[in-house]
Amino acid sequence: MYKAAIIGGGVIGAMVARRLSAYDMNIVILEKEQDVAMGQSKANSGIVHGGYDPLPGTLKAKLNIEGNKLMEQTCRELDVHFRRNGAMVVAFNDEEADGINELYERGIKNGCIGLEILNGEDVQKKEKHLSERVKTALYVPSSGVVCPYELTIEAIGNAMDNGAELLLNFEVDSIENRDGLYYIESADGRKIVSEYVINCAGLYSDKIAAMIGDNSFFITPRAGEYLLLDKEASYLTDMTIFRVPTKMGKGVLATKTVDGNILLGPTSIDREDKEDLSVTDSGLSFVKSKEAEFFDDVPLDKVITQFTGLRAHGNKGDFIINMPQKGFVNVAGIESPGLSSAPAIGVMVEEMLINDGLSARKKANYNPCRVPKKRFREYTQEEKSKLIIENPAYGRIVCRCEEVTEGEIVEAIHRQPGAVDVDGIKRRTRSGMGRCQGGFCLPPVVEILARELGVSPNEVNKKGSGSNILFGRVKGGKK
Amino acid sequence: MRTADVVVIGGGPAGMSAAVAAKETGAEDVIIIERDDSLGGILKQCIHNGFGLHRFGQELTGPEYGEKYEKMVEDFNIEVLVNTAVTSLSDDRIVTCVSENGFVQIKAGAVVLAMGCRERTRGALNVPGDRPAGVITAGTAQKFVNIKGYMPGKEVVILGSGDIGLIMARRMTLEGAHIKAVCEIMEDSGGLTRNIVQCLNDFDIPLKLHHTVTKIHGRDRVCGVTVSAVDDNLQPIAGTEEYIECDTLMLSVGLIPENELTKEAGAEISLKTKGPVVDENKQTTVDGIFACGNVVKVHELVDFVSEEGEMAGRNAALFAMGRPFVQDNINQGKKHIPEKKGVKHLIQGDRKTVICTVCPRGCSITVNMLGDGTYDVQGNTCPRGEKYAIKEVTAPERTLTTIMCASNGQMVPVKTDRPVPYDKLFDCMRAVNEKTLELPIKLGDIIIKNIEGTGADLVCARTFNLR
Repeated sequence: MYKAAIIGGGVIGAMVARRLSAYDMNIVILEKEQDVAMGQSKANSGIVHGGYDPLPGTLKAKLNIEGNKLMEQTCRELDVHFRRNGAMVVAFNDEEADGINELYERGIKNGCIGLEILNGEDVQKKEKHLSERVKTALYVPSSGVVCPYELTIEAIGNAMDNGAELLLNFEVDSIENRDGLYYIESADGRKIVSEYVINCAGLYSDKIAAMIGDNSFFITPRAGEYLLLDKEASYLTDMTIFRVPTKMGKGVLATKTVDGNILLGPTSIDREDKEDLSVTDSGLSFVKSKEAEFFDDVPLDKVITQFTGLRAHGNKGDFIINMPQKGFVNVAGIESPGLSSAPAIGVMVEEMLINDGLSARKKANYNPCRVPKKRFREYTQEEKSKLIIENPAYGRIVCRCEEVTEGEIVEAIHRQPGAVDVDGIKRRTRSGMGRCQGGFCLPPVVEILARELGVSPNEVNKKGSGSNILFGRVKGGKK
Repeated sequence: MRTADVVVIGGGPAGMSAAVAAKETGAEDVIIIERDDSLGGILKQCIHNGFGLHRFGQELTGPEYGEKYEKMVEDFNIEVLVNTAVTSLSDDRIVTCVSENGFVQIKAGAVVLAMGCRERTRGALNVPGDRPAGVITAGTAQKFVNIKGYMPGKEVVILGSGDIGLIMARRMTLEGAHIKAVCEIMEDSGGLTRNIVQCLNDFDIPLKLHHTVTKIHGRDRVCGVTVSAVDDNLQPIAGTEEYIECDTLMLSVGLIPENELTKEAGAEISLKTKGPVVDENKQTTVDGIFACGNVVKVHELVDFVSEEGEMAGRNAALFAMGRPFVQDNINQGKKHIPEKKGVKHLIQGDRKTVICTVCPRGCSITVNMLGDGTYDVQGNTCPRGEKYAIKEVTAPERTLTTIMCASNGQMVPVKTDRPVPYDKLFDCMRAVNEKTLELPIKLGDIIIKNIEGTGADLVCARTFNLR
């Protein structure tokens, strides 16, 4: 019996769980995949938006501004990297310049601080690789970057440190409301009971809401395709560069991720299938052509990978955060600026439950801070030496591109929420994220996972059941 | 801070020969830094033969070739730091490295860069489609099979027909995988003709020239790929798409020199080779920093890597000792005949073409069977070639190279000490896999005498001491 069950282990579920874990009550996070941050939280631009874009008066505007303000402290507490690198919305012609003025006015109304309109010369001074054809730009100093999956993993870990439970591979199949309690059953037959349900199921939040008879909204998967460049191309831009938004979103952007790679994208095309994460020739070509408008020379020979994220696009034009019936909260349609708003959404849901009469006290021993994880590559030589003396596994470099040690990989497996697969190691340590894309570290990572989880290397997979890496021992062929 | 005359970064073929040459030239304190647990580099996983024809005048497997240099490193008392990664290199030749024992900084009189190369990946190719498990580079697959003893795929499509892809096609086939096709975007393969014959044709593996993979299918694990023909601009031709069911897409699409340290030290990088610009002494644009092997440019044969390593090692030693460089006169005037590549040497038709493997010359020999039981042989340049060609046409033979599992789980490379009838390859594989080895074992030790009645002995191709 739980007080609150949070459906979905993405950044929204994570932030809600973290807030609720401050109270003296049993909470559980239900995640359908074998790891957290497996939906749009693992594949988005990682931008903490300034808040100039959403229409004034919307939840998007309010939560974006509040979330942006909260992000710094949230990241400090969770030991997650966050950097206010600033952003520029650039205009190439008069029509777009009008758009810039409109965004400026909107931003002021929303409470976005520090906005400035720059002329072409000032733009060039700030980012010299931008095309000289940029006529004017909206400068947004409060814009930042964060690693979305790191934020999710650490926030869930923090909730777990404070007593929250995490049930993985728990795909919610049915929800029944009896006598003021919610009876939730998973596809594999596990059952739990909870007083509150918070629906943070991303792409599937419409399906979850429908289980209690709420058919008031639906979610469309809107694909965003990206290209990621080698850190060697990091000179291209430091700030996030946007075009003037259209009704399909903020358009193709260029940014430097908090880890120092240039990220190009996304496209914005609705798909039929909520599991279709394929990259397309047309999508990638579109991104490349749009980037070529920003920069005279895009170093496309430095592309190290491509990926697609699916936005949970709701049909209401705004975030859908409501309580359709007692004890059941929808947090749906959380597309951009969802990541930026996430910390504020956590607070908002907490307040909704309190206003609903949540009877629980704050924990005396609640700790909002995570024990920092080891980040070998960022330490000074003295710190590294000390660490190796304590544990020699930190002296064994497994991923040469990103300088990740065996000690960090072992920590990622045993620190909650622990990595159980190759991609989980990648998101937690960056092993395999560099220019060789796992060519060198895949064999040792498979071995370390097998050893630490006590399974055969054959059972180690990439990202869930069916994604095995190996097919047994070599044993010879037949003619 | 420690000092050394010559520090060699990388213990593969380039690094080992550089270190040996440095010592021979008179450098006293020579150190090899290797990130793996032993010397040998990529040779350890290249268990096939074809190495050493230029250098040692005999055909060796990768581990055998490597062991010859390991022996020299040992005989010369060269210090080797294994499980040690170089994390930085400064232009004044301070080498910082890390291992389980912590950090070591070495001030080197001269440095030899011998870090080798890495493989191009799916990301660099921009192949659209899903992003499942089962897309793997050929070198990583080779490591799984030959070093770890695990199969990374069963039904495989290979993209790229360079030598690594060809070698892995045969290797995986011998281990029971089904190679459904090898796709090559160019109009001919860049792989050696003898590898096309012995790795693809021997096993009826189709080589699809002017074809590439245009889509990857499979949410979790690869379930198939779309293959398309390309036009003269290498662009896929609409309407030529073919779906091939498979669980693995293996990429053999090029190698890139690994030059992160080179760049850190400030050496100029060539846009053409992606490796450092080196002069005739193998010195980079930074004084006292030399480079050799695949870190400079991707070489075709390890024999040439060793040769370059020697030059770099010798000059590094001279630099460290403050003596003038000596121009290389060993190889002056001697020109290597490049080995034949691609399918263009394989003349189609009723006359059989054989690429001779007796020596590196690799003559294209045609054999015409005459009615009276004799043969008309054309194109050979020596009598051995004629004999080889007739044998190849009538009863082809192949040296089997594979691995054998030791009781402690170690994978040990083995080979037949002479070619066995081609028809017996899979019988020999079965015999190999029925047996478990006990360590220690030395290179050349006989493991199975007269394997499958072929007259050949199965011998160990690398020394393993008990740990």
